[in-house]
Amino acid sequence: MRKLLFQSFFRGPLTEPAPALDETAVEELAAALKRAARRRLGRSLSIREIDAGSCNGCELEIHALSNAYYDVERFGIRFVASPRHADVLMVTGPVTKNMRDALERTYHATPDPKWVIALGDCARDGGCFAGSYAVVGGVSQVVPVDLHIPGCPPPPVTILQGLLALLDRTAKTAAST
Amino acid sequence: MPSLIDLMLEGRKIRQHSPWPRIVVDAHLWKYAAGELAQGGWSLLGLWGEPTTVHMAVIDRDTAEVAVISLDCPSRVYPSVSQHHPPAIRLERTINDLFGLTAEDLPDARPWLDHNRWGVRFPLSDRIDALSTTAPYRFLAAEGDGMHQIAVGPVHAGIIEPGHFRFTASGETVVRLEQRLGYTHKGIEALMRGTSVERGAELAGRVSGDSTVAYAYAFSRAAEAVLQLAVPERAVWLRALLAELERLANHLGDIGAICNDASFGLMQAHCNVLREDVLRASNIAFGHRLMRDVIVPGGLGRDLDEKGRASIRAALDNIHIRFPALIELYDNTASLQDRTVGTGIVTSALARQYAAGGYVGRASGRTFDARRAPGYAPYHDLRFEVPVLDEGDVNARVWIRIREVEQSLSLANQVLDRLPGGPLRVPVAAEAGPREGMALVEGFRGDVMVWLRLDGGRIDRCYLRDPSWFQWPLLEAAIEDNIVADFPLCNKSFNCSYSGQDL
Repeated sequence: MRKLLFQSFFRGPLTEPAPALDETAVEELAAALKRAARRRLGRSLSIREIDAGSCNGCELEIHALSNAYYDVERFGIRFVASPRHADVLMVTGPVTKNMRDALERTYHATPDPKWVIALGDCARDGGCFAGSYAVVGGVSQVVPVDLHIPGCPPPPVTILQGLLALLDRTAKTAAST
Repeated sequence: MPSLIDLMLEGRKIRQHSPWPRIVVDAHLWKYAAGELAQGGWSLLGLWGEPTTVHMAVIDRDTAEVAVISLDCPSRVYPSVSQHHPPAIRLERTINDLFGLTAEDLPDARPWLDHNRWGVRFPLSDRIDALSTTAPYRFLAAEGDGMHQIAVGPVHAGIIEPGHFRFTASGETVVRLEQRLGYTHKGIEALMRGTSVERGAELAGRVSGDSTVAYAYAFSRAAEAVLQLAVPERAVWLRALLAELERLANHLGDIGAICNDASFGLMQAHCNVLREDVLRASNIAFGHRLMRDVIVPGGLGRDLDEKGRASIRAALDNIHIRFPALIELYDNTASLQDRTVGTGIVTSALARQYAAGGYVGRASGRTFDARRAPGYAPYHDLRFEVPVLDEGDVNARVWIRIREVEQSLSLANQVLDRLPGGPLRVPVAAEAGPREGMALVEGFRGDVMVWLRLDGGRIDRCYLRDPSWFQWPLLEAAIEDNIVADFPLCNKSFNCSYSGQDL
């Protein structure tokens, strides 16, 4: 373990530019996100993730936000274990009827002010599962949604962009009231 | 032991079922088959319903012969398989929920996927109105002094899928764990009905996000079996590349996550970098990080160009260089080994009885790997080993993954070395009259089974069986007598799919 840790002193950060990714876009996003998050929420934004019947694809990409390439915590954004600690609910899936209650109860357990992000194509309107007897069909059918991030699943950079958009909007709303 | 062939001689063989036979039997032979499962000569691959028929897919443990056995039950009652063979319990409960077919003497008659929230009952058969009141779900009892219950979920603390775990603990020790699933039930099999093969492939690819390649692969192969399509060689080989990349990405993520659940975050940090490299390379090569909708019936929807090939090579080479240090780190960290060795043991008898696929089975002495037997192209042309251990603990499940990472690296490189040229896809023409087919594909988690009947270019019935069906129950067994705090570790070492099981 010491060897591995020692090596990372010399190898430099793992956040090296990836060949296919526009690193400046990520940097831009990172900087803007930081400004907006601070204006509204000080230094932190706490997100509670709720899987309301997704295929787990969205969860994989949300997980990826925490890897060394994206390192979402450096922006003060973190995923928390309880809705009681959360500012934002990030909801995935078409909202199955079997999860409807749990989603509502989690929403009510989250203190105000709170925002809801519907993540992924099926969270918007049920996506390819719309019309099923077992599906409500979209997060906004159950709880008010502030932002929808499209994709099946949205890649981590898109999720970061979505968080930025949400923060910008909440900052503007706060300024106008 | 009488072979499947003997059974075929006694039953009525259905033509137009590929590549393995389907036999319609009477109740007597159905019970005989259930007995064979209980005796261990055969393993259960799947058990599913239609409005007045039940089917089971079985595989002979020695010869890897596969057959589907069907029983007509116009009275909507059939002899229970799980009465003799417990791995069928949840499947029979599901058949009752979806079709209203009752398994006679079913040991557990509680609903499984139906939480009485759909507004209807028996959604895949003649629907009737839902019950007006919801009776509380009765969890199984655990009696004794000082027992307490811990209820977890469906919304969990981590970023994972929803499900409910009911622990009964005596102090720190888990006496009983009972799972309650079905929260992510989306009604995919009902959505499949009456749709085109293309839409079917899209839905299949969304059964379980981490196995989107495996499901598209299995669905496409089932469709091709129905339609007797020969897929171009290049597509056959590229499919294996996709499947191995998916396996690599998932195993790397899992190895890190298991260690993280033992509070060893360093391992996860490094593993997730390697995982991300695979996803990025997949994105460059196939236009999607999880490679969704790339495998389609008839072939492949997208070709691999030089740039994609180079990016995959680079990712594979990087893992080849970096991974050995991580294996060493895992192997030499005593505090980590202290958590994983001897924790959450699945006995080989249980793994065999439940025909547990993937690393869960192979860490407990079960050698099954669908790539090898029954086997499918191009794997018979590729060199690979199927790692097997006997210990059955969390540590063994980590080591199986480690060895499979090495095998997948080798397999992916072999495919890139020998990738044939030529066309990528053949058109999918509508067949005349109903035809049936099935396929078994080894996903990262285990064997994914798809059974399909097409009629006039439309899907008449599609059954998708996730490997988790036969792994979830073993998690209940594995955690017994372990401490509550080791549950996340055990759970992650299984990494069963909720969505794949709930469908």
